[in-house]
Amino acid sequence: MASGSLRLPLRRGRLGTVSRAGRRRRLRVLAFLSPWLAGFGLFFAYPLAATVYFSFTRYNLFTLKYVGLDNYKYLLHDDDAWTAMRNTLWLVAVLVPLRVLFGLGVAQLLTRIRRGGNLLRAVFYVPYLIPPVSATVAFVFVLNPGTGPFPVIARHLGFSLPDFFNDSAWAKPGLSLLGLWAVGDVMIILLAALLNVPRSLYEAAAIDGAGAWARFRHITLPTVSPVLAFAAVTGVIETLQYFTQAMVAGKVAAGQADLPGSQFAPGYPGGSTLTFPQWLYDEGFRQFNMGYACVLALVMFVIAMAFTLLLLRRFRAFAGEEAQ
Amino acid sequence: MTAPIAYGGRSRRTLMWIATHAAAIVLALIFLAPLAFMFLTAVMSDSQALSTSLWPKQWHFENFRRAFSGDMVRWTVNSTVYAALSTVLMLVSSVPVAYALARFRFRGRNLALVVVISAMMLPPQVTMVPLYIVWSRFHLTGTLWPLIIPQAFGDAFSIFLLRQFLVTIPREYADAARVDGCGELRTMLRVVLPMAKPALAAVALFQFFYCWNDYYGPLVYAKPENWTLAIGVATFRAAHHVEWNLTMAATLLTIMPVLVVFFLAQRVFIQGVTLTGVKG
Repeated sequence: MASGSLRLPLRRGRLGTVSRAGRRRRLRVLAFLSPWLAGFGLFFAYPLAATVYFSFTRYNLFTLKYVGLDNYKYLLHDDDAWTAMRNTLWLVAVLVPLRVLFGLGVAQLLTRIRRGGNLLRAVFYVPYLIPPVSATVAFVFVLNPGTGPFPVIARHLGFSLPDFFNDSAWAKPGLSLLGLWAVGDVMIILLAALLNVPRSLYEAAAIDGAGAWARFRHITLPTVSPVLAFAAVTGVIETLQYFTQAMVAGKVAAGQADLPGSQFAPGYPGGSTLTFPQWLYDEGFRQFNMGYACVLALVMFVIAMAFTLLLLRRFRAFAGEEAQ
Repeated sequence: MTAPIAYGGRSRRTLMWIATHAAAIVLALIFLAPLAFMFLTAVMSDSQALSTSLWPKQWHFENFRRAFSGDMVRWTVNSTVYAALSTVLMLVSSVPVAYALARFRFRGRNLALVVVISAMMLPPQVTMVPLYIVWSRFHLTGTLWPLIIPQAFGDAFSIFLLRQFLVTIPREYADAARVDGCGELRTMLRVVLPMAKPALAAVALFQFFYCWNDYYGPLVYAKPENWTLAIGVATFRAAHHVEWNLTMAATLLTIMPVLVVFFLAQRVFIQGVTLTGVKG
């Protein structure tokens, strides 16, 4: 789709021939863009088309058979896929708004702190940088019901914490806490946006006697809302891909080895952490139902693209404005 | 950080000051607690790590050495090779593309940018199955090459971030170089890129960390001798049964490089992140 319209404006000479300068210019643009043009074909356009093709086949890397719409029909009766979809949507509906609101709260708090603000900013940002696998292992440990520090402290204080990663009702809330710990990415862009709000607006409002809520509602919110929207949409797209933390939490809590071909079924405990990408991985790369995995991939693609279009509408105005 | 604006009376202001600072400090302690407990557990003796105690009786710093042995060393080498090669290839391939999108005028440029953003947002799982099939034809499944080679063809996120930075560099610099007889490639390398160092550092760091942290890619492709730290640490507890102290020591070892680099290059990082989100 891009290559068709990537034709360059050619400066035509009097006789309608392309001038030498114009051709050189076109070659230059193509040369600079060539890695991406090749990459677009090889790693974007081709595999996307191939995913559609394989979705009509049964393929296990050795035998390929055309099966029409069978894979799509199977999806309707695949309870695990629907469990996985429900879990992923749960995370989208709960984790994304929680992270955006919490990120806004922490950022708002940081704008009020004068001394040590940079240190605190680093403290709130760093958990986001921790490799997700390591953060998840650490989190399962600190919440580990028997000997984990947090349950131990809670017992000393006279109450008990839920058995987060071994209880199917609490596993997703446990993952949400992990997501809140790693709120740094959301916090940092919201902090930058908050610091961009002109101080004179707040000063004028304070003189007019506007209360804290009125200032937040009528000054802060309108100025940072584009960034909030950006954080929400990218958050949704990332959460649709939610895989690592759920997989690792399930594995570590269940105490299973991660050996290839091992019989660990993702979703421990009781399918509560089975996300959609995990089911895709399981079907495609553990059971080698490549054709059916492609159907699952297309479901993901359609949902992710819908949200990307939302994001693009925001970028288009901006790209058009600067790309004069 | 800029000075907060004063609202209300003096006593109310003092109360607000105390409340916000108390909240920030408590929250900061909660954020640091998991890291602190990891460290305290990592230096406990094997038997104490199984107990409910929170403070080590003796400090067994040799646990880090015990954890960093055998497979751990190989995983570290694999992670480093994967991350370093990917970063170099990404820079070589993405910089010219970002430069063209930021500076050249050509028809379809906006469309190209839209495609870059779409590719950036495309979940990698969507294209994984056909790509796996292709790599298996080249007998490269089992290695990390299927994750490294695509970096030589431009990375959408890096292209986008670099482009966002490059458009902010005034055209006059490049024009002056061209008047002096510089070709486009030399203008890019000698004039524009030196001014884009912060953005280059940011995308390089993001790419390095992305690979260092990547779990899904190596899980799909790598066989055990090519495992990376991310895969290794996820299996560590199973292999070491209940030795939480060694598990925590190993986990901390995977975190250390990231934390060190972050504190050395904090500004670069934060500028880079805000470039993607706020200016958009």
